[in-house]
This record gives sequence, C-alpha cells and structure tokens, in this order.
Amino acid sequence: MNASSLRRFGQVLLIPILAVFSALLVGAVIMWIFGDDPIAAYRGLWNGAFGSARAWSTTIRKMTPLILTGLSVAVAFKAGLFNIGASGQFIIGTVCSVAVGVNFEGLPAFIHLPLALLAGVAGGVLWGFIPGALKVFTGAHEVIVTIMLNYVASLFAAWTVYAGGTQGQTPGPLWDRTAGAISRTPEVFMSARLPWIFAEPYRIHWGVAIALAVALVMWWVIFKTTLGFSTRTVGANAKAARYAGINVRWITILTMMIAGGLAGLAGAIETLGLNHRFAPEFTGGVGFDGITVALLGQTNPIGVVLSAFLLGALDAGSARMQFDSGVAADIIQVIQALVLAFVAAPMIIRQIYRIRKPGDQVEATVFSSGWGR
Amino acid sequence: MNRTLRATSYVAIALMLVFVVMAFLVNLTPLGENTWLRVFFSVSALNFTLRASVPLILGALCGILCERTGIINIGIEGMMLAGAFAAFVAKTSTNHWPLMSSLLFGVAIALAVGGLMGLLHATFSIRYRMDQIISGTVLIILAGGVSAYLFDRNAVAQGKFGAIAIPGLSQIPVLGEVLFTNPPLTYTALILVVVIHIALFYTRWGLRSRACGEHPRAADTVGVNVNRFRYMNTVLGGMLAGLAGGFLVLEAVGQFQEGMTAGRGFISLAAMIFGNWMPFGAMGAAVLFGYTQALQNELLLAGVTTVPRQFVSMIPYVVTIIAVSGFVGRVRPPAAEGKVYETEGGSE
Repeated sequence: MNASSLRRFGQVLLIPILAVFSALLVGAVIMWIFGDDPIAAYRGLWNGAFGSARAWSTTIRKMTPLILTGLSVAVAFKAGLFNIGASGQFIIGTVCSVAVGVNFEGLPAFIHLPLALLAGVAGGVLWGFIPGALKVFTGAHEVIVTIMLNYVASLFAAWTVYAGGTQGQTPGPLWDRTAGAISRTPEVFMSARLPWIFAEPYRIHWGVAIALAVALVMWWVIFKTTLGFSTRTVGANAKAARYAGINVRWITILTMMIAGGLAGLAGAIETLGLNHRFAPEFTGGVGFDGITVALLGQTNPIGVVLSAFLLGALDAGSARMQFDSGVAADIIQVIQALVLAFVAAPMIIRQIYRIRKPGDQVEATVFSSGWGR
Repeated sequence: MNRTLRATSYVAIALMLVFVVMAFLVNLTPLGENTWLRVFFSVSALNFTLRASVPLILGALCGILCERTGIINIGIEGMMLAGAFAAFVAKTSTNHWPLMSSLLFGVAIALAVGGLMGLLHATFSIRYRMDQIISGTVLIILAGGVSAYLFDRNAVAQGKFGAIAIPGLSQIPVLGEVLFTNPPLTYTALILVVVIHIALFYTRWGLRSRACGEHPRAADTVGVNVNRFRYMNTVLGGMLAGLAGGFLVLEAVGQFQEGMTAGRGFISLAAMIFGNWMPFGAMGAAVLFGYTQALQNELLLAGVTTVPRQFVSMIPYVVTIIAVSGFVGRVRPPAAEGKVYETEGGSE
C-alpha cells in the first residue's frame, strides 16, 4: 500500500472513528446528567465485550447477524434504495428456515442444513421482492412498504407459532405441541443445525464464517462485476443509468431481492446456529441496527464487517454494563442513534474537530428524492 | 385537481353517507341484532374509529406541514413517541396538582418536546445537510432509546381527559354519541384540520410555505426566506406529532408503554400520501386506517375465531400498502421535497 492510498484509507476511517468517539462522549454526558456513572458504565461495557474469552465470544455471536443485515441495508443503499425492512426479512427468513428445520426428519445433514438455509434466503428474497416490485410498477416508496411489511412479518411469524389460546383458536402450523400455553416452535432437528466452531460455553457456530464469506462475495459483486457497476450507477443517477442502457427497473427489483435474501440468511443462521427454534420474542432489533451498521461502514462490505463488530461489541457489553453499574442497557440505543447522526452528517464532525473536506470525497448516500420516482 | 382525485372525493363522500345511514339503521332498529352488522356499524366501532384516527390525523398534519415546505419527515413516529413520553413524565410528576391543570401541563410539555424534535430534524437536514430520510430514522431510534432509558416503570399517571358533551349537538341520536361526546384533544385534532387547510390555502403564510416546497428558488427570488420557513414549519409539525403522542398518553391510554406508538407515525405518513398532501384528504385516509383498526378490535370483541387474530391485526398495515401502491402514481408530492436549498453564492 503506497502513501497516497494509505492517506485515503485514513480519511475514510477518520469520520466513522470520530463519530463513534463523539457518540460515546455525548452518551457519557447524558448518563452523567441523569445521575448515572458513565465511567463505571463504560468499564462494564468493555468487560462485557472484550474482558474475557466468554466476552469475546458474545461479541462475535452478536456481530454475526449484524454483518448480514448491515450488508442487506448497504446493498440497497448502493442502488439508491432505503431498506428499512431488514427486520421483516430477517423474521420471514427465520420462520422459513425453521419450517424446513422441524420437518423432514432423517434427511442427511448435507442436504437438510443447506435446504433450511436456502429456505431462509428464499423467504427473505420474497419479502424484498414485494417492495421492489411495488416500487417499480406502482411507484410506492420502499420506505413505507418495507416498514409495513415488518409489521406484517412479525404478525405472520406470531401466527405460525401461536399456541391457540383460551378462545379455542386453532394453533399455528409450527407450534410446539409439547409447549402447553407457550407460543414457540419445536427445536430444529440436529441435521439442520449449523455445527459449533467452539461449543459450550462459547457457543460460536459456523454462521460467523458464512457471514464473513458472504461479505467478501458482496464486496466482489459490488465492485468487480457488471451487476455491481449497474447497481452503483442506478444509485448514483438513475436517469443517466437509463440512458446508458441499464435496465433500472430490473436492477431495482433485483437489488431489493438480494437485500431481502441477505437479511433472510441472517435470520436462518441465527436460528439454525444459535436459537434452534423460533419464538416471537426472538425478533430483536438486528434489522433496524443494520441501518446503523451500513451507514457506519460507509455502505462498503468491508466497512460493514468492521462496524458490525463494533455494534456487536456494544450489544454484547450492554448486559454486563447494566449488571455491573446499574445503568439501563437502553442507553446503548441512544448511543447508536448518535453514531448514526454523526456518520450521516459528517459536517457536524468536521465542524467540531475542524477537519478540512478532503478533495476526493467518499460518495455520499443520497436517496431522499421525494416519494415518487 | 385532476379527474381521479375528484372521483375519489366523490366516492369518499358517498361512502360516508352510506355509513351514516347504516349507523342509524344498525343502532336504532332491530337490524342491530345481526353480529356482523354490529361489527361494522355499531356506535362502539365508530367511536373506536375516531379514537384510533386522532393520532393519525395529527401525524398526517405534521407530515403535511413539513413536506409542503420541502422537508421529508419519516421521523413522525419518533416525534410522537417523544411527545408521548414527555407527556407521561409531565403528568406523573404533577399527579398532586388538580387533574385538569396537570393534564394541560402534560399537553404543553408534549407540544414543547415535539417542537424540539422538529427543530432537531430541521437542524440536521438544513444546517448539516443530512439525508432527510436518515435524519428521520435517527429521530426514531433516538426517541426509542431515550424513552426506554429514562422510563420509570413504577410511575403511574393518575387520570386522563374525559369526554365533554357539546350541549345540544350531543343529543342527536348516534351522531351525537360518535361526534359530539369526545375528550378535548379529539376536538382539537378535528379543528386543526380545518385551521391548517385554511392556513395553507388562504393565507400569505400558506402560499409562501407551499412555494418553498414547490419552487424554492422562485420563492427566494421574491424575498421569502426559504430555510426560515422550513425551520418554522418543521417545528410546528413536530408540535403536532408531539400532541399526537400526548393524546395517546393523556387521553387514550392514560399510561406510557415502551414503543407505544406502534407504527402510527408511519401510518400517518401513508395517510398523508393517500390524502394527496391535503389536510381533508389526509383526514379521510386517517379515518379509513382508524376504521380498519376498529374492525380488528370489534372482530376480537365479537369472538370471531374463523380468521386467526394475527391476520385480523394485519389489516391496517396491508391496507396501508395497498393505499400507497394504488395512489402514489396519481398524487403529486411537493416538487422540491428532500432537496437542500442553498441561496446562490451562499454556500460555504
């Protein structure tokens, strides 16, 4: 790496690093204002994320789905689309992979596991196809459609595992018959589970390897293939892309499908590797966190991996933080919002730290061109 | 106004007439013994519709104010949640005050915090040129985080706004019960629809606001301070969204729950689009969405088990998707929406 590319690398990293630093600082001020001890909180956070081998394994475990949902949002950004629907796609991916995982007993693992993973991806692809197609054919903005589909997805998932209830409703098709009044699925068969890399108590599964590999593939697709070039052109200037002969409609739909598939894969991996079943409370916020991950990573797959690591660490440390210092873990969400704000408005950071605007600016993400197209 | 929109308004008016007639029939004649008709037209369904519509109406008005001057606001959800939480904190800390003054204090704080959220959104998107959709997302995550971090789960708000019957009008059968026996914030929301419609289309302020959203350069040329208008209207809009949150805590539920806005901000946004960025249109759409929520509620109350309840709960969201995809091509958003405006030679 020569000097100029090294300097450019530094410039790319500077804003995100300062953004995270500033967010932690503002978070500390907020904690201090409301009578919490920020130093104790951050010590607990650090210990929970990196203090021991167990802590490290939690960080890696939390990072895994964030890489994929972050990629999902990032890929959509590349085509100028805002995918707020990663959480819905994640949920549908989870449900589909569980549906395969709890059926087909006796199938050999080398067929059952890929089939279950693929089912998750397929579910996500479908959940991404809907907003993509609606945008192209009716002009419905993907932001509203994906948000609404998030609610539909969690209700649908809740139905599949529904225990029935007192009014004599029929239980959902995936409900665990041995669970009594609890709404959840049975555990997936051993043949559909992702094996451990490090078993108990570390519980790191092969999903993390899959996620890293997918990030590399996405980097290659985005920056080294014609498809990636077309996608980036559509994102930069849809009109110009059309004149250049790129099928903008098809790229829009395809990008949303890929984005959905990535989030669906995240759901499948989280289920087949870690939870081994689905219950409505597993939905979590990894889809929404994907937005922060994608923007913090400057929508670059490698950056996404780094920022997923950081957000995974924040998430991993938050429980220990609350336990050690009594500071509510919800402060982490505040810090994430601040990170997002600082990354999305580099001008704030530049003003605070008096950084001059570099000559070759990293491409900015702009997509709020109104509700129509 | 183009032909499709005119047709849509006629259909809406016709539908409303049918509803009024059916409501009279079901609630005053033996027709009311039919379970299905009761689900669709009972006084309780109509009351629920109005109650569910109020936050959507206020949220949509917030969207209209922001977007008419050119600021996209997907952060309505966050503004609402912040307003709800602020109202709750204000109410619980003044529980020992007389009920009415404590509630009004809650409303005032909800308005103030909503306005502050609006100011934040405007500052992010105008001064710091943050992408407006991302800025809205920041507001949503921020409001969720701050309200969860500061929420005292042992606090209880005592009392909420009660219904005020309007003398005379409330005696009308059915209609009086539905429209003229409501708590104060419901009336406020309905009045605001009229006020904002008049303000937007019949005052100088409204003309200038709309000019900022349609053609900021032209507005600037004739001496309108575009960014000042954008700041002002986003703050006003934020106050309306804050009021919607205040409504949830002080009038509808009486307590605060984490994430209690449950997508209402987003549905408001859809109501705004569906209503073609017009206050009355948005109100119509909001009432439609409110009605789907009422249906869901009535079906559960009637013990209808043929359809799983989760699918019934999907109705408002699915209707939103259908509305947005069916109408977006036929409505027209303000032309300069989402674009940063810089005066010539005035950029840094």
